[in-house]
Amino acid sequence: MFDYETIRLIWWVFIGVVGIAFALTEGFDFGVGTLLPFIGKTDVERRVIINTVGATWEGNQVWLVLLGGAIFAIWPAVYATLFSGLYVAMLLVLFSLFFRPAAFDYRSKIEDPRWRNSWDWSLFIGSTLPPVLLGVLVGNLILGLPFHFDQDLRSFYDGSFWALLSPFALLCGVTGLLLTTFHGALFLKWRSEGVIHQRAVNTVNALGPMLLIALTAATVWVFVGIDRPEITQMAATDAPSNPLHKTVIAHGASWLHHFMTYPWMWLAPLTAFSGIALAWLLGKGESRTGAFVLSSLGITGVALTVGFGLFPFLLISSTAPGSSLTLWDGTSSHNTLLLGFWITIIFLPIVLLYTRFVYRVMWGSVTEAAVLKDSHTLY
Amino acid sequence: MFGDDIVMLSRMQFGLTALYHFLFVPLTLGMTFILGIMESVYVMTGKEVYKDMVKFWGKLFGINFAMGVTTGLTLEFQFGTNWAYYSHYVGDIFGPILAAEGWMAFFLESTFVGLFFFGWDRLSKVQHLAVTWLLAVGTSLSALWILIANGWMQYPVGAEFNYETLRMEMTSFADVFFNPVAQVKFVHTVAAGYVTGSMFVLGISSWYLLNKRDIGFARRSFSIASAFGLASILSVIVLGDESGYTSGETQKMKLAAIEAEWDTHPAPAGFTVFGLPDQDNQKTDMALKIPYVLGLIATRSIDEEVKGLKDLREDSVQRVESGMVAYDNLQKLRAGDNSSSVKQHFDEHKADLGYGLLLKKYTDKVIDADAATIQKAANDTIPKVAPLFWTFRIMVACGFIMLFIFAMTFYYCATRVADQKRWLLRMAVWCIPLPWIAAETGWFVAEVGRQPWTISGVLPTHMSVSSLSAGQLWFSIGGFALFYTILLIIEMYLMLKYVRLGPSSLHTGRYCLEQQPA
Repeated sequence: MFDYETIRLIWWVFIGVVGIAFALTEGFDFGVGTLLPFIGKTDVERRVIINTVGATWEGNQVWLVLLGGAIFAIWPAVYATLFSGLYVAMLLVLFSLFFRPAAFDYRSKIEDPRWRNSWDWSLFIGSTLPPVLLGVLVGNLILGLPFHFDQDLRSFYDGSFWALLSPFALLCGVTGLLLTTFHGALFLKWRSEGVIHQRAVNTVNALGPMLLIALTAATVWVFVGIDRPEITQMAATDAPSNPLHKTVIAHGASWLHHFMTYPWMWLAPLTAFSGIALAWLLGKGESRTGAFVLSSLGITGVALTVGFGLFPFLLISSTAPGSSLTLWDGTSSHNTLLLGFWITIIFLPIVLLYTRFVYRVMWGSVTEAAVLKDSHTLY
Repeated sequence: MFGDDIVMLSRMQFGLTALYHFLFVPLTLGMTFILGIMESVYVMTGKEVYKDMVKFWGKLFGINFAMGVTTGLTLEFQFGTNWAYYSHYVGDIFGPILAAEGWMAFFLESTFVGLFFFGWDRLSKVQHLAVTWLLAVGTSLSALWILIANGWMQYPVGAEFNYETLRMEMTSFADVFFNPVAQVKFVHTVAAGYVTGSMFVLGISSWYLLNKRDIGFARRSFSIASAFGLASILSVIVLGDESGYTSGETQKMKLAAIEAEWDTHPAPAGFTVFGLPDQDNQKTDMALKIPYVLGLIATRSIDEEVKGLKDLREDSVQRVESGMVAYDNLQKLRAGDNSSSVKQHFDEHKADLGYGLLLKKYTDKVIDADAATIQKAANDTIPKVAPLFWTFRIMVACGFIMLFIFAMTFYYCATRVADQKRWLLRMAVWCIPLPWIAAETGWFVAEVGRQPWTISGVLPTHMSVSSLSAGQLWFSIGGFALFYTILLIIEMYLMLKYVRLGPSSLHTGRYCLEQQPA
């Protein structure tokens, strides 16, 4: 069907698609959770906010689970190195995600204000820490991570958790949080009326410029201040996966040079900035759907910028450049990639179809009246 | 290679978090099906009480489901965080199975669970019923995929080692999917989940009946649970027996350890009901045996023998020696010696490569192992007999007690006198924990019985761990202990609160606590 080289490239695209789907869908869930204690002043207001995502957050979270599963299946060495190397950071992501299901499902079960307030802050933590930590993670993917493989292809990590928190990575963490919060505010605005709608608009208005500044700073930093390794010799792109069969120079090139070599790649940061800027300009006004779609485009642009910038690298090693993983030497076998391809081709459309059905059934503005009427069935 | 403490801590963390996750999984599996049955009756008869049943038992299901989601995330993270070499070594087979689970099962259950709770007024009766069944199918599909993954760890078919990439690679997805161990495990485990749901509904309904509250509601829930439970427990026991048969073919060491069979006896082998296994002296004291039974279970015949641990251990010695040859030739291949004799030698012995890797615990070079070290590695291939022997018997005992309960309740339901049999109702309440005890001991047998391997005969457990420090592991174990304890307290509190409220929690005005003066 597809030769090994082609299917490797297809899977790079697929995993990008899953990652973007995660950022777009769970992105607004995170944002709504972050804004919950601030935009919702009373219990009824908070219930309105929670119920804008209440019926669908669980399905959205599967994109994260699938992203992990797909990386495990397609790039097992990346999964092994990333999760074990960033042990403490990954566990912090996991622990913060623990706060979410219980916060959604248990909050409404008891009417006591202290109980409900505690769960609101739990949802805040569970929705705020992951985008910060994942932003820091992306920052470190750009900077490279200190890992190497031994002869048995066992990966060793030579850094610490604290070393991940470099200024650039922290800037990425802040950017990540601003992205999800901005996106979440636009979603909340889309699905609410009255006072909550107005507060969401104000949030969009305030966060837009901050996000654009953070994004500009991070972009300039990457293009001016961060080197990219360069592969000087490697095995064929259809050779069996073994990352140790290549030669890599640590600071061989720059991101600027990389984008200059492939000028079409500039479309990605262009989409990112124009998407976010237009989402802000429209979001301040009446636009609901349009502004949300533009912010989704903007997030897609950000993800593509990082993906294109790293290509063909998946994980850059800062201490042993030769151990870096690329999409040509870090994948599963040809058979497994083909198997995964067919599973994806069959199930992706099915999943999208029924997800669309569920959103259509549950669509419409969530109002205080509706929440009060269904006190015992809604969250 | 790695300190024993890293291996022990990693195993402890995985074991505890997996067992904890499985407190919630079987109830989800069972409850979704019972909800589907109740709602089908509602749609067919139009009686409101069945809708109330779906909504009330659905609330309890929801409290449990949140915990299943929370603790399930841990497992997906954990293969990478704590078992990195395992992930590299078998990701080519294990990874796609997990990804398929994501596509086919997680999306289905997680997308429709929201509609199940919030779609009542937005969907037609039949549409909502379809949603409930899709939720049930989703949860069972998720069990299918994870048990295919686990079945492959017990009996790794359809894959072989590739010396160029230094890992196992899939050769036949069909072999992995139709792995007999996986198929049997799937039905056994899913049916055990249905039993858990049934026992839960049966026990709580019994409690309502004992307290003479919401009789109509409780009696109907009780009947559905007893019928579904009887069918399920019969499947569990039949498939459990089938597991014994497939183990006899595919996991001889585990079977012999469960039975504490040190010696190979002339066929047909007897089943040891009671005994005190003694690992050091390789014998079982005070064994009480029923003739023929083990032979029947394991071989489905009376003239085939069941191999004892001592003989299986002798096989291991040979395989370790053969594994050393495989390892030696693997080193030559990696060093670039691609001569046909090296390749041929490697191919002849590569099925035993995993046994060679057992030596890594004692010597990093493997090929310099002396006879005494080989004997030590062979000893390691015998799992700890006494814990397996006992946990297995606890599981079986729980199964048969539940068979008795479901048979009796079903019989008395059919004769319409169930609410008068107070002893049986009381027994049903007290036996609510049994399916959980059976499920947890069952997993203990399956996983501890596979030791010293993560992938049976392919990858030793001590090779599979990540390159971590003890400090990192204590950090994570501490975090899990803290979060899981708090969450369990909250979950149990809510569960008990809603069980006590009963269907009155629906605020329909039809149930007992609402009719008393406030």
